[in-house]
Amino acid sequence: MKSGSPERPELVAGIIKLAILAVGGQGGGVLTTWITDLAQRSGWHVQSTSVAGVAQRTGATIYYVEMMPKDESQPEARPVFALSPAPGDVDIVIAAELAEAGRAVLRGFVSPERTALIASSHRMLAVSEKIVPGDGQADESILLQRAADASRRFIHFDMEQIAQEADTVISSSLFGALAGSGELPFPRAAFEETVRSGGRGAEASLAAFARAFDRAAGAPPAAGDAKEKTSFRKAAAVRGPQWLQKEWENLLGRTEPLPQPVRAMAVPGLKKVVDFLDCAYGAEYMAALEEVVASDRQDKGYAFSREAAKYLANAMVYDDIIRVADLKTRSSRAERVRQDVQLHGDQMLLTTEYFHPRMQEIIGLLPAGLGAGIEARPKLMDRLDNFVDRGRRIRTDSIYGFGMLWIIAGLRRFRRSLLRHKVEAEHRKRWLDLARSKCADDYELGVEVLKCRRLIKGYSDTHARGNSKFDRVLGCLPLLEGRNDAADWIRRLREAALADADGVALDGAIRTVQSFTEAAESTANFSGV
Amino acid sequence: MAERSFVREVQKLRLGEGEEFSGEGILAITKALLQCGVGYVGGYQGAPISHLMDVLADAQEILGELGVHFEASASEATATAMLAASVHYPIRGAATFKSTVGTNVASDALANLASGGVTGGALIIVGEDYGEGSSIMQERSHAFAMKSQVWLLDPRPNLPSIVSAVEHGFELSEASNTPVMLQVRIRSCHVHGTFIAKNNRRPSMTVAEALENPRRDTGRIVLPPASFMHEREKVEKRLPAAIEYIRKNRLNEVFGGQGPVGIIMQGGMYNGIVRALQRLGLADVYGRTEVPLYVLNVTYPLVEDELLEFCAGKEAVLVVEEGQPHYIEQALGSMLYKAGASVRLEGKGILPMAGEYTGDVMLSGVGNFLRQYADEMLPPEIRAPNMPARPVDQDLAKTVPMRPPGFCVGCPERPIFAATKLVEQELGKHHIASDIGCHLFSIMPPFELGATTMGYGLGPASASAFNSPDAKRRSISFVGDGGFWHNGLTSSIGNAVFNKNDGVIVVVDNYYAAATGGQDILSSRAENPTKATKHPITEALKGMGVKWVRHLERTYDVGKMRDTLKEALTTNETGPKVIVASSECMLNRQRRERPLLRKAVAEGKRVVRTKFGVDEDVCTGDHACMRLSGCPSLTVKHLDDPLRDDPVAFIDQNCVGCGNCGEVADAAVLCPSFYQADVVNNPTRWERFRANVSRRVIGWLQARRESRRLIFAEAAP
Repeated sequence: MKSGSPERPELVAGIIKLAILAVGGQGGGVLTTWITDLAQRSGWHVQSTSVAGVAQRTGATIYYVEMMPKDESQPEARPVFALSPAPGDVDIVIAAELAEAGRAVLRGFVSPERTALIASSHRMLAVSEKIVPGDGQADESILLQRAADASRRFIHFDMEQIAQEADTVISSSLFGALAGSGELPFPRAAFEETVRSGGRGAEASLAAFARAFDRAAGAPPAAGDAKEKTSFRKAAAVRGPQWLQKEWENLLGRTEPLPQPVRAMAVPGLKKVVDFLDCAYGAEYMAALEEVVASDRQDKGYAFSREAAKYLANAMVYDDIIRVADLKTRSSRAERVRQDVQLHGDQMLLTTEYFHPRMQEIIGLLPAGLGAGIEARPKLMDRLDNFVDRGRRIRTDSIYGFGMLWIIAGLRRFRRSLLRHKVEAEHRKRWLDLARSKCADDYELGVEVLKCRRLIKGYSDTHARGNSKFDRVLGCLPLLEGRNDAADWIRRLREAALADADGVALDGAIRTVQSFTEAAESTANFSGV
Repeated sequence: MAERSFVREVQKLRLGEGEEFSGEGILAITKALLQCGVGYVGGYQGAPISHLMDVLADAQEILGELGVHFEASASEATATAMLAASVHYPIRGAATFKSTVGTNVASDALANLASGGVTGGALIIVGEDYGEGSSIMQERSHAFAMKSQVWLLDPRPNLPSIVSAVEHGFELSEASNTPVMLQVRIRSCHVHGTFIAKNNRRPSMTVAEALENPRRDTGRIVLPPASFMHEREKVEKRLPAAIEYIRKNRLNEVFGGQGPVGIIMQGGMYNGIVRALQRLGLADVYGRTEVPLYVLNVTYPLVEDELLEFCAGKEAVLVVEEGQPHYIEQALGSMLYKAGASVRLEGKGILPMAGEYTGDVMLSGVGNFLRQYADEMLPPEIRAPNMPARPVDQDLAKTVPMRPPGFCVGCPERPIFAATKLVEQELGKHHIASDIGCHLFSIMPPFELGATTMGYGLGPASASAFNSPDAKRRSISFVGDGGFWHNGLTSSIGNAVFNKNDGVIVVVDNYYAAATGGQDILSSRAENPTKATKHPITEALKGMGVKWVRHLERTYDVGKMRDTLKEALTTNETGPKVIVASSECMLNRQRRERPLLRKAVAEGKRVVRTKFGVDEDVCTGDHACMRLSGCPSLTVKHLDDPLRDDPVAFIDQNCVGCGNCGEVADAAVLCPSFYQADVVNNPTRWERFRANVSRRVIGWLQARRESRRLIFAEAAP
């Protein structure tokens, strides 16, 4: 951090100091070369430095440039430039990613009285943000707010997207934003000349440069820039045979009397449930929900019913092979893949699905009685597992591979009689009953019990691990019995369960709960004596 | 070949008298070597001097014209030993490597070279990887110079000064019969600037001429009685000669006026000190200042009378010496004491003992020194003491994630560690020894594998104590192909065979010395016109006596990798179990293949491009896949769905289709969300026909089902 030493900047006022913060591999080196070239072309003194090396491998990197105009009266004199940026002493900071803008602020390179901060607002998530079982992403609003507060000027927009749309890399749009900001006293043509002298790919670079230039210079985003989310959603609410549409309308009608906050969840929930099985399943969902709402409390804003609408839908839509096969054989999915790989007319697309089913998943597909019968015989399970348990690559562009998944997806209509459905329905009922019974005494605790459904997700071992976390969190309920902070503790336990995969945080949290409940018990015993 | 092509840089080596060179510091050094008539150059790559090696490797033509021999040495020890060519022959030679790690390896040869001394100028260029961005232990090269008594240059960090240091380095070496070390810090190596070039010079004697006319002199060989004579010669003859040369040629510089205080600094610190003076209002942009400065462009040996003269009449001097121990300050203290001087000596204390001297450190250090001893020099507004530092914004500090370096997109080493993690999930934790190279990123999340790193090629050696019949578990150690050939084959593999080590060794073979920029090594698969490549690691292992060797030619097969590791950990076979896991470094592969593929597509050839994807509605957002990957292109995003709490996995457009995520999902039995999309450019007619039939049948099946159910609009991504 800046030590806060007093200083007198007049003697070095002529030097422009510019730092670039990027993620290794993003092209910070290219941008630095361009800026150096630009200053040289303009007849200025310039010096650039970097710490290339191992940080280039996806780590945070810093490049640094200093420049000043040549003094005609002393042509032999060479300025003494520094080799690294110093806190509180940088005029322009370019961040090639939003968290790197935050890092620039944190390291003191951005000062409110002098620094123009030019940042691409897109995120490249760090490993630490991705490996959390819950949501580990950094809060972008804090990054944006602090960057704005800390800088004299904060120019930010998604420069990565502009680069991608022009089929080039972010250095072009960053250079464009720098030019458009007007922070360097060189004409636009000089910037463009530098890009052009780079040779290969110059046209694409110049296109991205131009768009970023306009945005940084204050032009509103072009029409194409706004992501067209809404129109896509509206395009097709629901389609299908008349009689099914009618049933759907009826179901949808049943959500109308629900209190507003509940309805906001119930409509997507209902869609999800009907999409999973059929309208009758949707009716089941509505019936359960209506029962919950009937006994809910208006003074609590129907919080319990709202969470029930959300998590009941998630619980009813369990992840089985049928669902996976169904989702992977839809025409909309094929279209999404084509868009993802940006398929052109004369190209062909082959799709391979990575499956690894095990016997546990297969018996879920069997009729309840048969499935349970096999499950009860571990030796048989193991023998059968020898045939089943291996990775399967299924080509869904071929008739054979697609056909196989299509047939599995067709098992949908038998679902109600299958083992997995029975197991899930029982589990769901126990959970909902538990939540409702807790809710009767302690409303907030009931809501928290509902929310613990979030812990159950994934397939195979991941699913088993989620289930066990769910059990362990709710297993603490007896310990918390009668405490008025019980709801808060369940919330903390749930958050701990989502913090890491191995349950280290959860173990710690459970130990804490055990320690204070034991302490309470021992005091109680003493007073009893 | 290396990551980049250096054709443009090579052209700069051809600049002649009076032309302006513009480029990086390390390239300026390369040019300076040719201007000095160097006869041979060797070295070992590593930041920040890889560039010197890479450019010379691409400059065979120029080197050939000048009669200069260039070698990519097997190690730093090899490079330094190569300087033996300058012992008897008046040939100028240069060796270069990363320091201090390279100097550690080189020190055996360095000590022998320094003992006998040299006839031709011998220059060792060390790229100092210290401070921010460094990937090695924080030590000083200074100690090596002192202990072997070779002279250490530390020029001011601008191109003319660095080039002049190369020129004087050779002359100093010849004048004092001593090898000279030229220390350049990482930022000086990468600093972009200009200098006026001179013509390249043919060596006065080439290695070919020397070979034709062999010479010897027993007195130069390190064996008694000559070795005793060498020690005396060092202090009686060579040191005075060096000091005389330094003084006469004014290698150390004095700037500034006649103030009551002065600053003595390593040359490399000059720009930072001037910046601090500029910010304190005591220097202008060109570095003109009233504060007396003594700049040590030679940091060893020190010129005692110059230093005493600079200190004479001053109230206090500040020594600015980066790193520790503070040898220069100690030496100066001893000189001043013996001379009975009364000047106050400041240095460490006002400046921090350890760590890089950044702009901020120098500003506050120099500011405090001047406030204490020369308040009157400072402008009034700066005389006030330092204000308290601005507090760190805790919210922001918590929000901004750490971003250490890691495996690149598609890195072939990622699946090796994913497999190791899976094996540990099954068989429990093991003692894992790491080595130097990209594979050391395994110690970071998400893998967090590896307990120690003891040096290049020393991974398996560092596990050699863990060889006990009483333990039911074996150690696992890693070594890269770079480390394997550098030192690993003998120090690690040979040692394990000889001592009947029962551990498991994984050789990570990515076809290059990848971490240092993708240089070719013995086992590289590329055709290299000047080097012998394609020597299989497996053959070397067998030649060394390893009995249990498994070779995987595709590391991305996570299942096979896991099974092989498991076999190695559980087999009854005794002796070292060595797995060679080979797949090409993706960074280099992309650089090599991309232009070729683009060309092939344009020519109408059938080309397949692969990308992986995640079905976002199948993904449940547990991120187990990320915990076995850490791939930059496998990331997460929030769906526009109120029913979802957690973000789902998503693969961005940087995906190169290596397949690790799909393989991991399969091997670890994670989930069926991953798909592989192969885009076929210019498909054959038969392919087109078959695809057409499939598409029709599939389309019919989809339409049939979709006409009988409700179809809801997809949530937008």
